[in-house]
Amino acid sequence: MKATLETLRRYAGIYGALIRYSLIHEMQFKANFLLWILVEGLWFGLQLAFMTVLYGHTDSIAGWSRWEVVLLVGCNQFIQQLFHMLFVTNLSNLSELIRKGTLDLLFLQPVNTRFLISVKKFEIGNIANAFMGLAVVFYALWKLGRVPTVAQWTGFGVVCVAGLSVHYSLMFLLACIAFWTVRAQGIVWGYYNLFNIARLPAEAFPRGAYRAVFTWVLPMLLVSNVPAKLLANTLGSPLNLLPVLGMAVVCFIASELFWRLSLRHYTSASS
Amino acid sequence: MEKYFHVFSLGIQNTLVYRVNFLFRAAFGLVPLAGTLFLWRAIYAGKEPGAVLGGYTLAQMISYYLLVTVVDAVTAVAEDDWQIAADIKDGQVSQFLLKPMDYLGYRLCLYGSGRAIYTTMALIPVAIFILFQRQHFVLPTDSATLGVALLSVVLAGILQFFIAYTVALLAFWVLDVSTFIFIQFAFEYIASGHLFPLDILPAALHRLILLTPYPYLLYFPVGVYLGQIRGAALLQGLAMQVFWVLAAFGIARWMWSRGLRKYTAVGG
Repeated sequence: MKATLETLRRYAGIYGALIRYSLIHEMQFKANFLLWILVEGLWFGLQLAFMTVLYGHTDSIAGWSRWEVVLLVGCNQFIQQLFHMLFVTNLSNLSELIRKGTLDLLFLQPVNTRFLISVKKFEIGNIANAFMGLAVVFYALWKLGRVPTVAQWTGFGVVCVAGLSVHYSLMFLLACIAFWTVRAQGIVWGYYNLFNIARLPAEAFPRGAYRAVFTWVLPMLLVSNVPAKLLANTLGSPLNLLPVLGMAVVCFIASELFWRLSLRHYTSASS
Repeated sequence: MEKYFHVFSLGIQNTLVYRVNFLFRAAFGLVPLAGTLFLWRAIYAGKEPGAVLGGYTLAQMISYYLLVTVVDAVTAVAEDDWQIAADIKDGQVSQFLLKPMDYLGYRLCLYGSGRAIYTTMALIPVAIFILFQRQHFVLPTDSATLGVALLSVVLAGILQFFIAYTVALLAFWVLDVSTFIFIQFAFEYIASGHLFPLDILPAALHRLILLTPYPYLLYFPVGVYLGQIRGAALLQGLAMQVFWVLAAFGIARWMWSRGLRKYTAVGG
């Protein structure tokens, strides 16, 4: 127990140093930093505009009212921006680390390599965008006249973490393909496409292969839908929380197994 | 002229390396497309059968998105803008100032060759996808419509290239153009009709967007193909498209000459 705490403290210290370093680096390019927040904000506005246009022609999509969908888009933005802040840049970078052989350097550090790969760069700017998402969540709840209970907010926090775990594990898994193909930027780009369906109401998809795949293999239709339904009070039984929690664990284990398999395949480049 | 043909064939050889990458890219791109189509189906499912929303039946709406995917495969810029910006930053542009070759012409040839390979590769997954949706995929009413639609796709491609080229030239002034590329792309994504057909918007907003260059990248060629844009609107649209191609060319040339005054030939 004491040893575990000690390890945790050590890693927290390292993470703190990494965040500090990222912050210093980021502040060298202040204008760029602000522009990126603007870019992400624009794309968020675009998603909301799309939904507004759709609801100009209908009152309900697969049982979701307008403000429920806005809530969903907000929840999705919140989770996605946290994911960007913590992991996306780092995971996108993995193929470059492999191609150039700089991964060797990380192997030599007396820290878990997966940890270093995953959290090296902390994208501070995305916090602003995550808050924009959260603001939209609050606005939609107000429009719906909903006041979630403390238990629901707690559940929301838990399923958001589960959603992060799903996104992180799947993208990590995809990024590990670079151990075989070396050039894997296309894979990262592919993940952006998967992202895009997470903000759609799951009920809009007919029961069939597509919905099954994106619920049980690449659970995109769970990560944002479940937290949104929880806050909108449309989830029904709390048992409906289990799929996303289960998939979070399954995806993480799958990614760890694949990572270990990939490492055996690693032959350092240019050294 | 012959030298540009060589650039084109070199471009073909270079991009062939990325063919598998292109295939995956096109295939992955179908995931959100399928999502959007399901969303529309769900909307139409909530209406009476044969309902018309904003002038579109379900079949026409699905056709619209399928054609947007095709036109996008033929005309979208892939890496061109990043490469142009990198050429400027790394000082690679210097050699074009010495050679009897125009940089814009050179990049246009590379863009053309890149699109030729991408379209060929994207054809496989997109064709399979369309096959599944074939009852919704409409053919043009007559060959004249098809001819005009093809012409406007070519113009759309040229316009798309000029826009990307102009944004990339900002690299003469700023260190990192990627934010500008994404900001431009966000406007393009919504105003070109990539997300939804523009005529389902309120009429005033629709008319306003038609004054910008963006609708002539996707919405206009697709609308011509589907027969949604005919008669006077067609001629007016074509005139606007030609106007924007020329204007974008003028702006690109002007930016280039201004940019060269700032150019410091890093590393050259």
